[in-house]
Order: sequence, then C-alpha cells, then structure tokens
Amino acid sequence: MKALKSLALAGLAIAITGGMMLTSCGGGGTASKSDSTANKAGGEDNTILGAGATFPNPLYSKMFSEYNKTTGLKVNYQSIGSGGGIQQLTSKTVDFGASDAPLNGKQDSALSAPAVHIPITAGAVVISYNIPDLKDTLKLTPDVLAKIFLGEIKKWNDPKIAAVNKGVKLPSTDILVAHRSDGSGTSNIFTTYLSKVSKDWETKVGKGSSVNWPVGLGGKGNEGVAGSVKQTPGAIGYVELAYAIQNNMAFAKMQNKAGNFITPSIASITAAANITIPADAKVSLTNTEAADGYPISGLTWILVYKEQKYGDRSAGRAANMLKMIQWMIHDGQQYCAPLNYAPLSANAVAIGDAQLKTITYDGKPVLQ
Amino acid sequence: MESLVKNDLITRPDISSGRVIKSVNTPDTLSTTKRLKRSHRHIRAENVFRRILIIVGWATVVLVAGIMVTLIFQSTLSIKASGFGYLWGKTWDPVRDIFGVYPFLLGTLLTSFLALLISIPFSFAVAIFLGEYYPTGWVSNLLKNTVELIAAVPSVIYGFWGLAVLVPIVRSFESKIGVEPVGLGIFTSSLILAIMIVPYAASLGRSMIQMVPSTLKEAAYSLGATRWEVIRSVVLPYTKSGMFAGIMLSLGRALGETMAVTMVIGNTSLIPKNIFAPGNTMASVIANEFTEADHPVYLSALIELGLVLFVVTVLINMVGKRLIKGFSKE
Repeated sequence: MKALKSLALAGLAIAITGGMMLTSCGGGGTASKSDSTANKAGGEDNTILGAGATFPNPLYSKMFSEYNKTTGLKVNYQSIGSGGGIQQLTSKTVDFGASDAPLNGKQDSALSAPAVHIPITAGAVVISYNIPDLKDTLKLTPDVLAKIFLGEIKKWNDPKIAAVNKGVKLPSTDILVAHRSDGSGTSNIFTTYLSKVSKDWETKVGKGSSVNWPVGLGGKGNEGVAGSVKQTPGAIGYVELAYAIQNNMAFAKMQNKAGNFITPSIASITAAANITIPADAKVSLTNTEAADGYPISGLTWILVYKEQKYGDRSAGRAANMLKMIQWMIHDGQQYCAPLNYAPLSANAVAIGDAQLKTITYDGKPVLQ
Repeated sequence: MESLVKNDLITRPDISSGRVIKSVNTPDTLSTTKRLKRSHRHIRAENVFRRILIIVGWATVVLVAGIMVTLIFQSTLSIKASGFGYLWGKTWDPVRDIFGVYPFLLGTLLTSFLALLISIPFSFAVAIFLGEYYPTGWVSNLLKNTVELIAAVPSVIYGFWGLAVLVPIVRSFESKIGVEPVGLGIFTSSLILAIMIVPYAASLGRSMIQMVPSTLKEAAYSLGATRWEVIRSVVLPYTKSGMFAGIMLSLGRALGETMAVTMVIGNTSLIPKNIFAPGNTMASVIANEFTEADHPVYLSALIELGLVLFVVTVLINMVGKRLIKGFSKE
C-alpha cells in the first residue's frame, strides 16, 4: 500500500511539472493565467496587490504600513522593477502597477484597456564623482555631462570642464564613467535627460532603461555604481538622490534649462515639477522649464485600469484601492521628505486628483 | 497475479522470461505457500519501486527537454528578427533592437577557461595532498572540510568580497603593469571564479586518488619508485578520466555563475581588448536586464541569450564526455 501511495505521489509530481511546463511553453497562454489570478485578486477585498518600480519601494512600504494602521487595508507590493510591474498589470495579475517611466507606445497597445497614470512622488538622479583634493562642488553643464558619458571628454582637466568651474584646480586624471548594468528607471531618467540635451546622445545612444553605453563600467544597482565611484579616483557616475544623501556622496550642481546651476535637493525636485503638467500626467520632468528646478528629476507613477470592472473584481475592491491612492497623494505626502523623496507639487496633486476621478466601475465613477 | 513455480523458480507472465527471479531455497524453514505469498508481495514492491525509478528518471529528461523547448519557443521572435547575425553581432543595443551576442559569448568563454586554468594547479594539489599524502587525520579533515565549505558559500558573498578586497588589489596590480587601472574586469572575475570552482575538481580528484588499488602503488614502491614517481606514473594515469570529469564539473559551474561575476566584471557590452578589460557574460546580462526588458523583442533576445548559454554548456559537456571516454579507453 505504501509503495502504491508513493507511486501515486510520484505520478502527481510529474503531472504537476508537466502542467507547469505546458503553461510555460505556451507564451501566449497569458490569457488563462490572468483569468485564474484575477479570480484570486477578486477574492479578498482587503488585500490589494501591486507590483513595479524599485525606486519608490521604501516610500511605498512606509505609506502602505501607515495606511494599514488607520484603515486595515493591506497592500502587497512587489518591487520587481517598472518593466515587470507593467507586464503584471498587462496580464491583470495585480491591482496596480508602478513605474518610473510613463507607458510607451508599445506597452500602451499591449494593454487590453486604457490605463491611468497617477503621479505619487518625484525623485532625482544626481551626478556623483570622486575627485580627491577637490574642495568646491563640481559644476556641470548638460553639454559637458553628455560629452563625458559619450567618452569625448576623457580627462578631468579638459578645458570644457575648466570653463564651467572657473578658479577650481582640476587634476589631470582620467575620467572613469560608471553606469547601471541592470535595467532601471534611474537609467531611464538619466538617458532621457541626455537625449533631450544632446543631439549626439540621442542619435548614438538614445533613451531607455538599458542602453548601449559607449564607455564606462556597469555596476549592479545604486550600490554597484556608488561602489565604483567611491573606490576609483577620477570616477563619475549617476545614482538616486536618496542613495547619495544616505551615503554621504559628493554630487555635482547641474545647469538647468534656465541657465542656473542647481544643487539637487528635495526642494529643487519639487520645484522641477512646477510646470504645466498635461491632463494624462504623462510628463517627463527632465530638463525642466522651471527656473529653480533640478533638471534630472522624474515623477514615479501608479498605473491602474480606467475601467475597474474586469475579471470578477468587486466594486468595493476598486473603491478601496482608489481611496488608498487618493490618500497617498494627499496625506501620504508627509512621508516623502523624511525618506528623501520629493513631495508632489500642488499642480501635480491636482492632476492626480482629476485622473482618479475619471476612473470608473461599470461605467460609473468610483470616487465622487 | 498468476505465477508458476517450476524447479524453485517463480515465473510470472508479465515478466519476460529473461528476468526470472530465483527464489531462495529454504524449504525447511518456510512452507511453500507462505514463501509464495511473501514472494508475491516482494515482487509487487519491487515492481512498484522500479516503476517509480523509471518515472522519476524520465521526469528529469522531460524537464530538461521542456526547458529547451521553452527557450526555443520564447526566443522565436528574436530569432526571426536577428537571424544568425545574433551569434556574431558585436552590438547589443536594446534601444534600437540590435542584438549581437558576440561580446558576451567571448566574455563567458574567457572568464570560464581562464578560471579553469588558474584553478587546476590548486585543485590538483589539494586532491593529491588529501588523496595520497594525508588521507586521514585532523589536518586532512580540516583541509577537506574547508575546501568543501568553499562550495557552500553563497556566490553573492564572493561578489562582495571580490568588490571590497580583490578589486583594489587587482587595481594596484594593473597600475603597476601599465594597463588601465580599473580593477573590475575579466581578470578579476576569473580569479573569483577560480576560487569558487576549486572544490569540485578537488573533491572528485581526491576520491579518485583514494580508489587507486594499493597493490599497484605497492608494486611501484617495491620496484624502488619514489613517492613523486608513484604519483606521476601510477596514480595520475590511473585517475586521469576522473580528474578530467572533475575539471568538466568545475567548468560547468564557471560557465553558469552569475552573481559573483556580475559584481566584479564591469558589465560593459564592448568587446574586451585584453584580459584586464571589463566585459560581460551571458548569465550576467540576463540577470541584469531581464527585469526591465520592456518590449517583446528585447525580452525574446534575452531568452535567446539563455538558449545560447544552454547550448554552449551542452556542447562543452559533450566534448568533455568524448575526451573522458578517450582517456578511459587508453
């Protein structure tokens, strides 16, 4: 009998692996997958599922835990990266996705129904460097930055850098460029900025979460880039502001579109968002028009479907989630600054509110 | 189930006559009926056990085939888009959907074989020392366990250690020999990999050496051979195929290692100019870029990269098997 039982077990195990292989083979089988998980998602109205960007994860964790204390609503957020979040939203395995970049055309058309972008917070990418014996803060112009990352400026005492940093003695060491090796929203913001300010960059490299870097070393994550910069004299790299502040890294003042040299800070990022934001909130803050805004800033969004009735979602579940998002862009904003994220500017909040009101359940608006 | 007893042999119609089970001949202790009953039960248990073995064994084969099929299926999009150019294309540009795997293929092979080259003296030394000089005793136990521990340490820890300790050392070494002092690169990754793969060849080599018949060695000693001569002309020739199998195991590990390599290789898509230059391996590109692969062709190209890695590993294993066979025939 025992032996028979184990035979049955073995058979079961094989049936399961076989089944798993079949589903994984059928790449187009996302439809069946989404159906089963949509059922699951509809089951418990008190747990919201989300997935996406890693950049705002510390802030989201804090917000969700605070919101849970007051309302009892649980949010299960998986920080798997913006691309992964969008994919999960596309296959409807989560209630909301989160992304550091607005949906591009291809991603938009992959969605079965229109989605809404709601800005939650803003962050910045700072240029960190390691020049021993440099007392002053390095100043950089967009042109110089692009040329460094294109490999056209190779030494720190290049006249182009000296022209921006008058009276500062720069060493003759080689410049070592450090960039992210993993696909990331940080790289996306940075390359989007470079594409905007440099024609050369746009044609040779372009923008994206992973690009074909002309020079330099790749480090995994902020810590990888920071490690290269800290260890190598003459290195320059880009990291998130929060990471640079927490690790006492030196970072450069960037010249913005108005011509001012701006130190990245929470205030200057919020200022960067002080521009006319389109109604769909799909805006890149890079190279901002705002006179006191830091130019390499970006918003991060939560993405939800405009029509919340899909699968077997309940109206209550949709309402719970939207109320939570509404809280995030209002009361939740107090948790931004302590974690080195920039709170939304007033006009960004207004756009977010307007966007939330367009979301419907079975054709009727969810939030009044 | 029907069974017949003929001349102490139990035969069953469902078992081919070639596989006749000879029953134990103990007529004094067990009555014929009881023996028959027990034999029945035993036979059934034997059969069930055999079937489980067959099913589980085949499941592994099906699983590997399934992985292969999945990889091929998911990479069709990229295969259609890039064709054979994928294999020798020198540019990897996700923005323009140009995917060429050559720099990563080169990086993978360079780091793995360089690591193997560095590790072989160490793993052979450990194997011979533990197998021949100190097979027992606390020194040998300590060494054996330490070497095995090397295999048990998670690779991310090697990555950290490499980044914090090895990279600055390599950097100062590089500035002394006059190459660009970066520290991160193919050479550093090979060093890390070499350390990680020592235990595989060492453990297998040690047990092989311990299996050399002592009569062979004693014969050599009695003819006046020194220890070195015994090792060189008796032990090593006898264990050649086993040692080589250990090396192949190490190589397989080196080819697929991801985390530690990613942290110290420098991750650039440029073709490495020398062994000190930064590069990238197939495994680390997949690990780095998979999460944010934001359009279908890109994702498919990454999966095809996995397929190439899979095929390269299979090919190298097949060549290795051939060589081992050649050795054991001699």
